[in-house]
Amino acid sequence: MKTLFDKIWDAHVVEQLPGGTHVLYIDRHYIHEVTSPQAFDGIQRRGVPVFRPRQTIAIPDHNIPTLDQHLPVADPLSRAQLDALARNCDRYGITLYPVGSPRNGIVHVVGPESGLTLPGMTVVCGDSHTSTHGALGCVAFGIGTSEVEMTLASQCILQPKPLVMNVRVEGTLPPGTCSKDLILHAIARLGTSAGAGHFIQFDGPAIRALSIEARMTVCNMSIEMGARGGMIAPDDVTIEYLKARPTPPSPADIERWRELRDDPDARFHAAFTLHAGEVLPMITYGTHPGTAIPVDGRVPDDADRQMLAYTGFEPGERVAGKKIDHVFLGSCTNGRIEDLRAFTAIVKGKKKHPRVTAWIVPGSKQVERQAVDEGLRDTLADAGFQLRQPGCSACLAMNDDKIPAGHYCVSTSNRNFEGRQGPGARTLLAGPLVAAAAAVTGEIRDPRELT
Amino acid sequence: MILMTEPFTTLTATVFPLPVENIDTDRVIPARFLKTTTRDGLGKYLFTDWLPAGLPPDRGAVLAAGANFGCGSSREHAAWAIRDAGFRAVISSRFADIFRVNALNNGLLPVQVSPRFLARLFDLLDQRPDAPVTIDLAARVVRFEGEEELFDIPAYKQQCLLKGLDDIDYLLSIRQQIEHH
Repeated sequence: MKTLFDKIWDAHVVEQLPGGTHVLYIDRHYIHEVTSPQAFDGIQRRGVPVFRPRQTIAIPDHNIPTLDQHLPVADPLSRAQLDALARNCDRYGITLYPVGSPRNGIVHVVGPESGLTLPGMTVVCGDSHTSTHGALGCVAFGIGTSEVEMTLASQCILQPKPLVMNVRVEGTLPPGTCSKDLILHAIARLGTSAGAGHFIQFDGPAIRALSIEARMTVCNMSIEMGARGGMIAPDDVTIEYLKARPTPPSPADIERWRELRDDPDARFHAAFTLHAGEVLPMITYGTHPGTAIPVDGRVPDDADRQMLAYTGFEPGERVAGKKIDHVFLGSCTNGRIEDLRAFTAIVKGKKKHPRVTAWIVPGSKQVERQAVDEGLRDTLADAGFQLRQPGCSACLAMNDDKIPAGHYCVSTSNRNFEGRQGPGARTLLAGPLVAAAAAVTGEIRDPRELT
Repeated sequence: MILMTEPFTTLTATVFPLPVENIDTDRVIPARFLKTTTRDGLGKYLFTDWLPAGLPPDRGAVLAAGANFGCGSSREHAAWAIRDAGFRAVISSRFADIFRVNALNNGLLPVQVSPRFLARLFDLLDQRPDAPVTIDLAARVVRFEGEEELFDIPAYKQQCLLKGLDDIDYLLSIRQQIEHH
């Protein structure tokens, strides 16, 4: 009567401490330049080695530039973090995919596409969007730097075991909508802390119909529902995806992965059902991801006034037609090749609106290469868009990709918090289709009107 | 085990109230201040874009905030900044999961109380900003003027905080068990 989450978690418990704290063994550990230096300092001060360096992969992504990556990084503070990561990897024998190298990119894009994240694993990274990897049927979640240090020192962390929630999505997504619209719909319905203390298992026909990349978008934003992480049990779609990775799985691997599912009588601590047929193209008007509404909708009359003062919307205002200044396509939420294809399909044969500054940032070097090979870069260029180089970019604006104060940015990222994309920046979260419609019209527009 | 931080036993202190829900860690410390390779000195960036005037010098040692405190980014810098600004505990009616763990790993006690208790605390601080609260970790009790509530903390973490111990030496001590995995 175990859930899939229970099975994977329980198989990785080394020891249970009094009061419900578990010593959890970690199979795959990703690190990046921003949340790891203090952890390496810690093990150095203690004089202990990295316990199992081959299980950690280092990928700088948070503060790297998205243009001219062949040049030295100009910002001395960013450079110091990148240098520290390279030094630490060298010293402790950890594999590093440096900036500009063929396997660099956003850690949550690179890990799955490289076949480093596999079903049944425990996966951690000092980044909350580690939940993304759950799309492959693993237990993946974000940790703090103290836990990065624990993982380096012992390949384990101390954690209370989360409860398990089932979110089932019935039906079929309507044409003109995508999995980003689905997860924004889910967060708006269930709230930003519905998942607190829980791991979410997504299931149901609408989830099963999604590609692995689309599933990653859903699992990615489970943290925005307050959950520790999200996951989807492996199926044929998962196995086909993994067969296409650089190191294809063995028949024994595949057989093992097919066993990764709930017991028939598995019990969930909480369960919700959503209907994909109700999903519309979505956009947020406020400063948390629970404020998503359909693009043809109105700001609720009872919306928080302080929030509206920041974002510059009026209660009852129609969001369609609102003029916007920036568009950001990218991030670990929507920076994969399918997202670039979806965006390009809408802007093809049109022109970027002159008011709009658009940053098209592939999630990885592989996505960038693919975009070139498939001709997407040229199609984008014809429409007035430049394909940049991979990185986290304007999702959290640690590098130069910052939205100016007061400007509106339709962003395919995951957080619209005050100041997230730069002090005073006004973030409107949406999927790649709504972002594309905004990029060519200069306003919030239903993408279904353009196709 | 080694001593990680000053032990937390009983704390009586005044409170800095932030009666706002969903305070995310970007608001606690914006991403542009994460370009550091140390844990120290982040207190000066605490809430910097949100409260540009800065925190008052007599802010007390306890932060009280609305539900879902610490949501969003996993940056432990949020816990470091709060700790560096002199706070030893945060009271809220709900903490985001990652923030709770990060706080506990840095000797910053997350005290989760009922929404009613929190509302009464904010009411009291409205009238008497200098009213103290007492947090007794051994008894897992938080109290102020006539109000008292029990709070939850994993027994292992309670012992770590009471004694000022940290997790890594514990993990190193069970390496043989870990070898089997």
